[in-house]
Amino acid sequence: MSAIEVFGLRKSYGPREVLHGVSFAVETGEVFALLGPNGAGKTTTVEILEGYRRRDGGEVRVLGTDPARGGRDFRSRIGIVLQSSAVYPLLTVRETLDLFAGYYPHPRKVGGVIELVGLAGKVNARVRTLSGGQLRRLDLALALIGDPDVIFLDEPTTGFDPAARRQAWETIRDLRALGKSILLTTHYMEEAQRLSDRIAILADGRIVTTGSPRELLAEQVVEIRFRRNGEDIVLTTTEPTRVLNELTSDALAEGVELEGLEVHPRTLEDVYLELTREEAEV
Amino acid sequence: MLFLHELRVQQLLFWRNREAAFFSFLFPIILLVLLGSVYGDEEIEGVSGATYLLAGLIGYGVSATAFASLAITLVVRREAGLLKRVRGTPLSPATYLTAVIGSIVIVIALQAAAQVLIGHFLLNADWPASPTSFVVALGLGAASFAALGLAVTTVVRTAEGSSAIVNAIYLPMAFISGAFFSPKELPRFLEVISEALPLTYLLQLIRSTFIEGELLSSSPGAITAVLVWGLFGLVVALRMFRWAPREGMSEA
Repeated sequence: MSAIEVFGLRKSYGPREVLHGVSFAVETGEVFALLGPNGAGKTTTVEILEGYRRRDGGEVRVLGTDPARGGRDFRSRIGIVLQSSAVYPLLTVRETLDLFAGYYPHPRKVGGVIELVGLAGKVNARVRTLSGGQLRRLDLALALIGDPDVIFLDEPTTGFDPAARRQAWETIRDLRALGKSILLTTHYMEEAQRLSDRIAILADGRIVTTGSPRELLAEQVVEIRFRRNGEDIVLTTTEPTRVLNELTSDALAEGVELEGLEVHPRTLEDVYLELTREEAEV
Repeated sequence: MLFLHELRVQQLLFWRNREAAFFSFLFPIILLVLLGSVYGDEEIEGVSGATYLLAGLIGYGVSATAFASLAITLVVRREAGLLKRVRGTPLSPATYLTAVIGSIVIVIALQAAAQVLIGHFLLNADWPASPTSFVVALGLGAASFAALGLAVTTVVRTAEGSSAIVNAIYLPMAFISGAFFSPKELPRFLEVISEALPLTYLLQLIRSTFIEGELLSSSPGAITAVLVWGLFGLVVALRMFRWAPREGMSEA
């Protein structure tokens, strides 16, 4: 059974339809990234799956339950990291986790969760003294405390410095190793590429492509850049060996140097930009 | 039990928030000491000024804590996204809100007890003449004002505006209802307004039980008025209470 199934999901705010029939599925135990620019509909989609918003059309199942009708049992099996939401600033880290652990039927051990997210040094610190990155780790800890089967992470590393981001990635990999199904939204390509088993690119309320990072890059496109007569030249090709050979032998024959020669494989970012640009032009 | 688990933390949060604890808990006590020292020895409406002011300031304390403090706390939590976070857990909304209100009721009980003790030993005010009816009147007032506090959160849009709006409602109300003096001294137009306000009737209940030693059952009109206001608050709250912050440009 899929952990999350979304079919033909529609949502309007007033007269403006922001989701035009979104469909995807997250399999049990996988990390699935919903990638897209701001305003694409990522948060709306995730908040419908979390039960915060009502949909206007389509079918949605999370752990076999319609989140619009999900009660206590449903909420005890999901963990949520919202894009921005406060915790009580006057409680300590441990008090906060003790409080939330009490809400769930089978919580994880508070000490273990604090360890897992890397807040061990801050157990007795008041929440209001935590840095932005530490608060985000507390968010993650609160999403994990109920030992959920599905975890929603809405832009979990936005605003992190590179070191904190890497640490968060490690934590997410740890969660995956625990067998959790994770739906992640992000606008960082690198994050989606490194963490997820599969990626769906959402642009302007539609899924424009779905696949593993490898599948999205399946067509081996390579970009070759160099300068000739002071002019930047960019070639994209699916046959880099042949093109490079021709270029370099011509240059050798002419006795010139290919100035600033660079060869790049196409990145997921390029795929993403192409797809979201096409969408914007439609 | 989940209710007690939440109640304990809500109590902790109330006392750790020094500014809020000062304004909703200590301020009505300080007002009692100040007004009582000035007017305590005079006679108001045929009884000792200290006793009269004590009864009024207990009522003021109920509105400051159950209405103002509750409403401001909930708006600040809502706009910070805290209520939304709680809503995403298995904790039932009813358990959460009853624990938050239960915590407020504890504060009111402590506050009224402190006022009665200080009033008696410092200002020579009387003990409550009809203690059981007095306590029931306080409970009724706390419940009714808490319901109104929940209701008023639905018209406050921002955390920054919450104290301004809530104070603009309950401070004039306390004044016009006669929490600080006898309402008989009000000019006619304010008297008309005061007859519509819930605190006017709660003060009647508190004064009749605390000062005159009447039973609660002897004031059916005032009980009805307090209950009707409470039910109105409850209906508004049940229909319109929001858990999520107001969205700016909603991320589509």
